[in-house]
Amino acid sequence: MKDFILPPDRDMGTPASRSPTMVTLEIDGFSVTVPEGTSLMRAAAEIGIAVPKLCATDTLEAFGSCRLCLVEIEGRPGTPASCTTPVAPGLRVYTQTATLKQLRRGVMELYISDHPLDCLTCAANGDCELQDMAGAVGLREVRYGTPPEAGAEVNEIATHFRARNTGGEANPDWRPKDQSNPYFTYDPSKCIVCNRCVRACEEVQGTFALTIDGRGWDSRVSTGAADFLSSDCVSCGACVQACPTATLTENTVIEIGTPERSVVTTCAYCGVGCQFKAEMRGDELVRMVPWKHGKANRGHSCVKGRFAWGYATHRDRILHPMIRERITDPWREVSWPEALTFAADRMRGIQARYGRQSVGVITSSRCTNEETYLVQKLARAVFLNNNTDTCARVCHSPTGYGLGQTYGTSAGTQDFDSVEQCDVALVIGANPHAGHPVFASRLKKRLRQGARLIVIDPRRTESVEGPHYKAAHHLALRPGTNVAVVSAMAHVIVTEGLVNEAFIRARCDWDEYQEYVEFIADPRHAPEAVEGVTGVAADQIRAAARLYATGGNAAIYYGLGVTEHSQGSTTVIAIANLAMLTGNIGRPGVGVNPLRGQNNVQGSCDMGSFPHELPGYRHVKNPEVRAIFEAAWGVPIDPEPGLRIPNMLDAAVEGTFRGLYCQGEDILQSDPDTKHVAAALAAMDCVIVHDLFLNETANYAHVFLPGSSFLEKDGTFTNAERRINRVRRVMAPKAGHADWEVTQMLANAMGAEWAYTHPSQIMAEIAATTPSFAGVTYDRLDQLGSIQWPCNDDAPEGTPLMHVEGFVRGRGRFIRTEYVATDERTGPRYPLLLTTGRILSQYNVGAQTRRTANVAWHAEDVLEIHPHDAETRGIRHGDWVRLASRSGETTLRADLTDRVAPGVVYTTFHHPETQANVITTDHSDWATNCPEYKVTAVQVSPSNGPSDWQKSYQAQSDQARRILPAAE
Amino acid sequence: MTAQDDKLIRMANQIAAFMASKPEAEQAPGLAAHINDFWEPRMRRQLFARIDSGAVGLAPLVMRAAPLIRRPAD
Repeated sequence: MKDFILPPDRDMGTPASRSPTMVTLEIDGFSVTVPEGTSLMRAAAEIGIAVPKLCATDTLEAFGSCRLCLVEIEGRPGTPASCTTPVAPGLRVYTQTATLKQLRRGVMELYISDHPLDCLTCAANGDCELQDMAGAVGLREVRYGTPPEAGAEVNEIATHFRARNTGGEANPDWRPKDQSNPYFTYDPSKCIVCNRCVRACEEVQGTFALTIDGRGWDSRVSTGAADFLSSDCVSCGACVQACPTATLTENTVIEIGTPERSVVTTCAYCGVGCQFKAEMRGDELVRMVPWKHGKANRGHSCVKGRFAWGYATHRDRILHPMIRERITDPWREVSWPEALTFAADRMRGIQARYGRQSVGVITSSRCTNEETYLVQKLARAVFLNNNTDTCARVCHSPTGYGLGQTYGTSAGTQDFDSVEQCDVALVIGANPHAGHPVFASRLKKRLRQGARLIVIDPRRTESVEGPHYKAAHHLALRPGTNVAVVSAMAHVIVTEGLVNEAFIRARCDWDEYQEYVEFIADPRHAPEAVEGVTGVAADQIRAAARLYATGGNAAIYYGLGVTEHSQGSTTVIAIANLAMLTGNIGRPGVGVNPLRGQNNVQGSCDMGSFPHELPGYRHVKNPEVRAIFEAAWGVPIDPEPGLRIPNMLDAAVEGTFRGLYCQGEDILQSDPDTKHVAAALAAMDCVIVHDLFLNETANYAHVFLPGSSFLEKDGTFTNAERRINRVRRVMAPKAGHADWEVTQMLANAMGAEWAYTHPSQIMAEIAATTPSFAGVTYDRLDQLGSIQWPCNDDAPEGTPLMHVEGFVRGRGRFIRTEYVATDERTGPRYPLLLTTGRILSQYNVGAQTRRTANVAWHAEDVLEIHPHDAETRGIRHGDWVRLASRSGETTLRADLTDRVAPGVVYTTFHHPETQANVITTDHSDWATNCPEYKVTAVQVSPSNGPSDWQKSYQAQSDQARRILPAAE
Repeated sequence: MTAQDDKLIRMANQIAAFMASKPEAEQAPGLAAHINDFWEPRMRRQLFARIDSGAVGLAPLVMRAAPLIRRPAD
């Protein structure tokens, strides 16, 4: 195993200064030059001198409380703290003098007098800064209180760590451990009140769940609630990471011990793409610690990536291939060759009987680029058709279409660092707090610095208001009216003369712009005209438009609330228009930023997963593009577009599509209109599910190929910033093979002669065939840490910002965006609008997070309903309710809240028992068939328990998951 | 008429609704190009079956674009 060598991970004590002005000073006789504003502590660290410290760490602003980092400065009185003292030209600083040594020992002695000396049995043993500092300052005795040595004279003083005094009486200052959080333990007896946890919660995470309660001796870290779990804490782990002692410790470290090595890898949850150090002991993962040098997360994490990785070793994992003749049979465990031969024979048999176009693949947005590339290659080079699609179909396919049409590339324009320079953030149809929490923390930090926020969302989500931030404008629109609202904003910008004409003239097609103006300036797009449709007050839209156009650097961040509509692509175009109108594109702090759902949804699109385009977003109709792959693969490429997922399902019901290889996606639970999906799957002759678990789709599968988790393979994920991050294998695949190997074995069983022995060879093929990846190699990824595509001769280190000099397509293109109401309308039978979303602690269909302790926060999906709508239906908080649409019905519990407006209800889709997608319909985006998850007309009524569908589904599911005992 | 036909008609009409906002000269070519680029031959075949049998339910713009839509081979 070739481990990535960690770059210097030293704690520099205080954050880096970005000043361009340099300052030269002398520390301990050595000259050092650093940016103005750097602390003395950091300046010393730059030349390798580690000043003792406890309350300082370079992820947090200096605090100056521990009094350990004192230094002496020639010509200045006293012993200032080096963490809070900035450098100045010509200073002569001494970090180690007789005075300092004595002072530091005195400080340490006081700390240790109120700290238990149980180092040998302490979880932080070997990983404790207090222990390190005691050594660093040469602490040799503690004169206060009872020395630990046997037989010493009893000299008892008050402490926080003794449960009882020597007389056996309870110590009122002692507090028991708080073990309420499933992932970490808070042990107050080990606390030195350095405030690092409190500051991390404020500065890094931005939740402000922690505080110091009391003063002086009474000072305590407090959540302000009974315990951590019932507090505002979101379990991001920032406090645990910041804690220098064993006060806040991961439970896995308590259980296992300290790790012995770490490997940098990339989180397999959302599209933020946080880099982590997987800290290992042997092949056991001890903990995941966010990596300071990860360019997407800058050392931060959320509860999912940081803690919710236990699914990777969950007992539900299937570790042997399985097959069955019919989906009504129980599963039979077989060898890999038997399973692959069975699958290959069936697929070939289907093609022989029903034609080349009768089978297809679904690539996974959870697997690596290399794996996804191979799956689409399987369709194109082995099945010889273009029937490949990916779950981006059901999330961000409109982004690909909309940004491709307007700008010429199917990706976000910025990096996440860009948010640090934005003045106005326009968040549309996204709730980063739940879906992209690490980005949300970075956004909140900017908002606390004064940037302003506009949120367009039917719900009053956590993104609208929270500790120390509040949206200047929350446009709580009626679901389905995005185009009307965003077009109305454009109308205001155009008619009030707020456009950036210089930008448009220089960068966009002026004639198209004129045509667009003629369209958008029409009074029918005025905020006043659409008020009745959108439910948003006209003056709010006007104010939001003015702020976006004139508030400085304005950045748009959007999510699935934009795309998952019948006009999803139109809204993406409208967003792209807004940014062009105001010149908010092509520099830091601005741009159009889709927040991608899954870890590698960007990558799976880049890799040619879509049925109409080869890797690099090049249409299959182009002969010159086909020629590249025909040469590389030695097969003819079909020039016709293939079937998209919904089209595959329709064709299956119709009988012309009969075989599917589905890698790492649970279409039965995640795709809309569950009954239709089930009918389609049931109609197929060969469904191959390649996954970690027997997911819902596997209920209808004939072949199950066990998958490998992100910990078990090498590869790359590409995040929402187009950042290609390395995924590194830290343990052997539990089922014997990484996913790319399994796809290769299946291809070879069908007659291909693939011979990849490492994913780096697959990347080499990608680079050789795909211009935007031309410069990407594993060596370069190791060197640079990560690379944002395009990466080629023009940009050998990648491209953080796109469209800087000009748009990828040449001139930016304005496209008209007429609002067309969705066909999904409320009426007497279904008078409410259902919209769906997610919650922080769970991820998508929950296959991973439901198999972790994250269920402590969200054990079931609930229906948010406004108290007025509840009252007229006789529904109380916590009641079982029946939720019905024209597609189907389910039951779940009601949550009465005014987060949703009257007329709107909301739920999540994390639990298969609820099956929220039984309710959603087959309506979809006009351009891409991305399903309209966000708008369904429903009725809600009191209920006694699970619906008939839920019961029959459960019965079918139990039946379909039977596995025959292995033959002896 | 099957549910599948219904769905295709709705999809074609949705595309027509978007293209209808474009300048006149771009409408039919825009619709045809979109269907040519994104609709698998099976879907286009079904669309033509619909068009050829009288086009009930299809938006007029779809009909105008029909000559520009590529008929699948075989």
